[in-house]
Amino acid sequence: MKKKLGPKGRYTTVSIPVTLYERIKNLINDTGFSSVSQFVIYVLREIASNMEEEKISSSLTDEEKNEIIERLKKLGYI
Amino acid sequence: MVSRPHGGRLIDRTRVGSSLERLREESNFMEKLEVNEGRAFDVANIAHGVYSPLEGFMNRNDYESVLNSMRLEDDTPWTIPIVLDAEEKHLKDLREGDEIALSYKGKNIAILRINEIFSWDKKRHAYSIYKTTSSKHPGVLKIMSMKEMMISGPITLLEDPQEKFERQRLWPKDTRVLFEHLKWSSVVAFQTRNAPHTGHEYIMKAALTFADGLFVNPLLGWKKKGDFRDDVIVSAYKALLDRYFPKESYVFSVLRMEMNYAGPREAIHHAIVRKNYGATHMIVGRDHAGIGDFYGPYDAWKAFEEFPDLGIIPLFIREAFYCKKCKAMVNEKICPHGEEDRIRISGTRIRKMLTKGERPPEFLMRPEVVDAILSFEKPFF
Ligand SMILES: [Zn+2]
Repeated sequence: MKKKLGPKGRYTTVSIPVTLYERIKNLINDTGFSSVSQFVIYVLREIASNMEEEKISSSLTDEEKNEIIERLKKLGYI
Repeated sequence: MVSRPHGGRLIDRTRVGSSLERLREESNFMEKLEVNEGRAFDVANIAHGVYSPLEGFMNRNDYESVLNSMRLEDDTPWTIPIVLDAEEKHLKDLREGDEIALSYKGKNIAILRINEIFSWDKKRHAYSIYKTTSSKHPGVLKIMSMKEMMISGPITLLEDPQEKFERQRLWPKDTRVLFEHLKWSSVVAFQTRNAPHTGHEYIMKAALTFADGLFVNPLLGWKKKGDFRDDVIVSAYKALLDRYFPKESYVFSVLRMEMNYAGPREAIHHAIVRKNYGATHMIVGRDHAGIGDFYGPYDAWKAFEEFPDLGIIPLFIREAFYCKKCKAMVNEKICPHGEEDRIRISGTRIRKMLTKGERPPEFLMRPEVVDAILSFEKPFF
């Protein structure tokens, strides 16, 4: 993977069909996005973080949770 | 459901029992590096997951990436460097892989395994974070007074910092369990560094109206001259919350973290931290974490546009003011009257009145809050 250092960090190139590129270019007219790249980065970050969201599970055991609840009771939070 | 920790996993760099005892013992034989109050807070915040996914002080790549693109090297949003500065003369016998004891006020508080030692450019740092190198900016001044080298690496906590408000200090692990226990699925966080006036109360209540719970999380620690002192903030909030908020609607907990006055970047940082506490939303007001006219009043709101993957929803709430015709606290969106009927609530003006021992009128500040503030001899930094 070729990477180059831009003013805002490291970048690499991905390919998308020219037709899609043109479609997005029309789509982003008059939006806050100044380039197709900026739009693609935004959308991919959004999708990636949603996908990551689905993969989590709580790391505490029931015993640890109960300990915390006892402490919270003592402090008057519960 | 509470928010997912930033980066996916809540960091825990604390130890208990015999493993902690052993590390404390070992730390006595390590090289020591004395840290200041702000860094001691950072150590505890890292260890307790407040800064998840960070496990230690940033290495050069993460640091550079934060300066350049407001993200860690792995693309996770991050806007304020969490770094440890040190004098070159204290580092000359140290190398990568060494373990050192971080001490605060002579006590070993953590072990740091050295990942990298690197130099940095203060001016560039200041400009990237604050968009200025002016010495009128308290954040810039703080940067300029830092030591010339940075030292990075994961830490392990040996000792929690002394906390005067121990009964009011919760860590992310605690609040996450608490919010779940309270069955709050939407939790709106309120960041503050002030004693509350009626404008703050209005904003908190406006947000709370649409959420299950409110997480009031004042920052304690170093602030610029003229800001409220820590114990004043805690007492003033207690006075307000006890009397004017339903007990089951809020959680109050203090956070030791220095202010940077970095405006937009700091607003994002404040949101990330509250996400780690489990908040799903965060109130972002006018000129959040700003100072003077270094940042536009709504720059902080705009900053959120760059982070579709932040994982906490900013609530942009308009500034509240008192309207003589509405006879209530309102905002531009809901009050049809002109500027002549509006009394703008200026924190600076309120502080000036309090400094002179004057009581701000009730429509600016609750009398109980005023009492709490004036009960202190020196309410300000
Ligand atoms: Zn009005």
